[in-house]
Amino acid sequence: MAAQTATITQQPKEIHGMNDRVRRLREESLNTQPRIYMERAVLETEAYEKYEGTVSAPELRALTLLHYFSHKKISIHRGELIVGEKGDGPQSSPTFPELCCHTLEDMHVMNDRELINFKVTEEDLKIQEEKIIPFWEKRSIRRRILNNMTDEWKTAYECGIFTEFMEQRGPGHTVGSEKIYLKGFREYQQDIHKAMEALDVLHDPNALRRREQLKAMDTACEAVIVLGQRYGALAREMAETETDPQWKADLLKIAENCDVVPAHKPQTFHQALQMYWFVHLAVTSELNPWDSYSPGRLDQHVYPFYRRDTEAGILTREGALELLECLWVKFNNQPAPPKVGITLKESGTYTDFANINTGGISPDGTNGVNDVSYLILDCMDDMKLLQPSSNVQISRKTSQKFLLRACEISRKGWGQPAFYNTEAIVQELLAAGKTLEDARRGGTSGCVETGAFGNEAYILTGYFNLPKILELTLYNGYDHVAHKQLGLKLGNAEDFHSYEELLDAFQKQIDYFLDIKVKGSNIIEKIYAEYMPVPFLSVITNDCISKGMDYNAGGARYNTSYIQGVGIGTVTDCLSAIKYQVFDQKRFTLPELTDAMLHDFEGQPRMLKLVQEHSPKYGNDDDYADDIMKSVFEYYQKAVTGRPNMRGGMYRVNMLPTTCHVYFGEVMLASANGRRAHKPVSEGISPEKGADVNGPTAVVKSCSKMDHLKTGGTLLNQKFTPSVVAGEQGLQQMANLIRAYFAMDGHHIQFNVIDRQTLLDAQAHPEEYKDLIVRVAGYSDHFRNLSRALQDEIIARTEQSFS
Amino acid sequence: MKIKGMCVKMPQVFDIQKYSIHDGDGIRTSIFFQGCPLRCAWCHNPESQQKKPQLLWNREKCTGCGWCAGVCPQKAITMEQGVPVLDRDACIGCGKCVMECLESARAVSGERKSVRELLEAGEKDRVFYEESGGGVTLSGGEVMTAEPFEEVVELCRGFFEKGISVFIDTSGFASWERFERILPYVTAFLYDIKAVNPETHQKWIGVDNRLILENLRKLSAAGADIRLRLPLVSGINDSREEIEAVLQLLQSGIHVRKIHLLPYHDIGKNKYARLDRSYDEAALAPPTPEHLEELAEILRQTGVPVVIGG
Repeated sequence: MAAQTATITQQPKEIHGMNDRVRRLREESLNTQPRIYMERAVLETEAYEKYEGTVSAPELRALTLLHYFSHKKISIHRGELIVGEKGDGPQSSPTFPELCCHTLEDMHVMNDRELINFKVTEEDLKIQEEKIIPFWEKRSIRRRILNNMTDEWKTAYECGIFTEFMEQRGPGHTVGSEKIYLKGFREYQQDIHKAMEALDVLHDPNALRRREQLKAMDTACEAVIVLGQRYGALAREMAETETDPQWKADLLKIAENCDVVPAHKPQTFHQALQMYWFVHLAVTSELNPWDSYSPGRLDQHVYPFYRRDTEAGILTREGALELLECLWVKFNNQPAPPKVGITLKESGTYTDFANINTGGISPDGTNGVNDVSYLILDCMDDMKLLQPSSNVQISRKTSQKFLLRACEISRKGWGQPAFYNTEAIVQELLAAGKTLEDARRGGTSGCVETGAFGNEAYILTGYFNLPKILELTLYNGYDHVAHKQLGLKLGNAEDFHSYEELLDAFQKQIDYFLDIKVKGSNIIEKIYAEYMPVPFLSVITNDCISKGMDYNAGGARYNTSYIQGVGIGTVTDCLSAIKYQVFDQKRFTLPELTDAMLHDFEGQPRMLKLVQEHSPKYGNDDDYADDIMKSVFEYYQKAVTGRPNMRGGMYRVNMLPTTCHVYFGEVMLASANGRRAHKPVSEGISPEKGADVNGPTAVVKSCSKMDHLKTGGTLLNQKFTPSVVAGEQGLQQMANLIRAYFAMDGHHIQFNVIDRQTLLDAQAHPEEYKDLIVRVAGYSDHFRNLSRALQDEIIARTEQSFS
Repeated sequence: MKIKGMCVKMPQVFDIQKYSIHDGDGIRTSIFFQGCPLRCAWCHNPESQQKKPQLLWNREKCTGCGWCAGVCPQKAITMEQGVPVLDRDACIGCGKCVMECLESARAVSGERKSVRELLEAGEKDRVFYEESGGGVTLSGGEVMTAEPFEEVVELCRGFFEKGISVFIDTSGFASWERFERILPYVTAFLYDIKAVNPETHQKWIGVDNRLILENLRKLSAAGADIRLRLPLVSGINDSREEIEAVLQLLQSGIHVRKIHLLPYHDIGKNKYARLDRSYDEAALAPPTPEHLEELAEILRQTGVPVVIGG
């Protein structure tokens, strides 16, 4: 019977940006080649030469920030309404030698590599060689970390069992609260002074430490205030000689704003956005947190300013949109600082992971959508930029109108917004011990990770390669790729006489590697707490001031460490193929299978076919496979959750990969589900590619069998061809699919709506598809910037097409 | 379940499609029944026409290895000049060759499913129906001629009792008694009119359309929710006269909730080759969008919403 396929007609050349000003800024942001900016490293070295050894670690860090913000060259670019940048213009990225001191070879690689490159000049190399390397080579945190890791840790790390987030970047997941809109940094300083006065030096053995920390916070406030004053003075100076009346007026407005923020609380919508941006710059200049910094619930935070200004007649809706678009350009101007080695592999992207949650609920539990929420949707739709990562929280209380508007943007196929489930987030936070109000203020950042915004340091510690651990289990703990004994010796394939025996050994290996990982992470947390405090970030994270304790040392109200499980789809399908074919159907033996895997199934087409096509697979709402997924997930979740970290909190899990599933696949043999050697493993909680053949409802049913509420976030990537989401029906049912997934406690879902032909063509002619953005795994990226393997994977992912 | 007598009692289903969003309201699961009394020239599910399971073979994928011939328990496959040739009368659709084909060049359409299995399959997506106002759609082939029909009635009643909406996607070419039996359990009918003109119908569909039109009238009189669907093929059943005849029919006291104009598409054409059948592609084309709009305008005189597409 007839069911028609619809198509989306090709849009004419798109224009992005509401007016000439924004369009020009956006173009500049997109067309500028990312490059290295050395001034931060130089000024930091100067500061260390001046202060090191004379003050405490927190004070040294704060004085370094003050020195940098007092002397860094600043500029204001024509047309911009929000000022300030990390480097000296769009796509200019500072380095952080205190974390990772790049060798000259590193810098050549960064310059020359095909993807995610940063231009490095001869002058930069000279500075690095003469000033930076001699001073930082032996002082960097990376070196300190590697010096403190055990051989087991190093081997497991090098062989791709897990990764380590803090090896080149600072602890991340730092999301703002509404406080910076209610309080200027002069007022923060008053809070700090009160806390210093309240120190109990008579009884508190840590009083000195606390005083040093608080002094450092005071200096950090001064640093951002100085930066604001300098931009104000520069704007005024430029205005004096400016002849274009519009730009002159803009400059005077900028000067006026910088007279107020960040020293004082913002008075207008414009100032509120500028306040946020100064804070963003200070956090990301102080150190390089792996996910930069996020404004969190921006719509709710700035709505009072929007309402006041529009009621007073000093702001129009268009004016507000223009300011938001200017802010969006600012985000997009800041690439993530250059990474090298395994860190680049796990996170091969320019994206710096600033993530904005729009919608959701208010702290009092009512619907949180307001006029600014819709403005932000218009802004993301209009700007179509990778950064910031703009997403929506959908609650049962969210109106269908808001959800449909978000779907309308999402189905255009460039990956934003992703959809987060408010009720799931709140329950996840409650289950992790947060108060109801803190939970409602929370959301997701990075890709999908749950946190109590403004109140929590929730640190990602690294990805954990579940399929690789199963592989090692099948070969008595021996890694046939690296040719090393990595795991426990629990037997070879012939020693496992039942599925249960194999599962038991797999679980023991998981425990073994988790112990190694957590021991490493505990040391690393202490290294950051002792040697690399972040006084500025501590000022704006609740409870650090009252405790007199650094964000990196447990100063925040809540302190979580996450270990991110990768490859649940692959590992499920492997166990399912083994259980079904070897132990149930007895089609071949386990040694026969492991032997075939060792040879990438060469000469074993029938066995390959059986495991690939005739074994139960996760993603099809088939309990045979899905029960296996549950058992692996539950084991991993329990094995991690509740282990104490070194900041007074505990470890928890999330299930997401960034680009790590490609790297984790590279270090693997062929696997028991027929995944060929060195190919990517499954990403997030999405099914293995090509495994899901029953459409999106079956996928989300399978995924919902995982208990998302016990995680700190899961990632589901659902790819559609345009025809499935075309027309009114397509839109309505996309919204209903999301509602249904969320009713089953699904945490997150994102959509790629692209046709295969477009992708193939984009792969062949990257230069013609500079605009093509795909959502990879919790973030969006330009297709042309993805590795070939990742491009192939996106193309191969099951397309849900129905006729 | 492998008791021989029981197997025969189960209806033959050739596909269960989830996330059907163009076959009725909301998100639906469509169950496609094998076997159809009609022979529409443009049928896009030709594998569903016969009552018995059909083997589909993709020549492009086949490497001519001959393994299928070796494993066939019916000895229905012989290799002729490196190509497997199937004796379709001997083939019982057991699927053994499908399982063994390394190139995935073979597929079988049609499998016996019990009412219990079908109810379970339909119930799996309940959460989506409830969010979207969806349910299950029984389609085909022709569900109204599926055997044993008792099982179809049981299925409809089963879903009804579970509170799951049932849509019937039908050509209307079945005895009225059958419609009467499922009527209490059915939410709506997606009812096809291929042609009002009897000659056109006989020529392109292969059967007389009187029964179809009578059943439509009776369903309407019984107060059923009917969504009329008109598959339109250029130069065959898309003339103004033909559509005006539909208009007259509707104005003669037949009440439908909505009218869908479904332009012909050729998605099913590659299936013919896989069934060793020919397909007269040249004779078939969709009406132009402008013409479709013109026809929609005629039908809008009924006051009923007319949409192009499912």
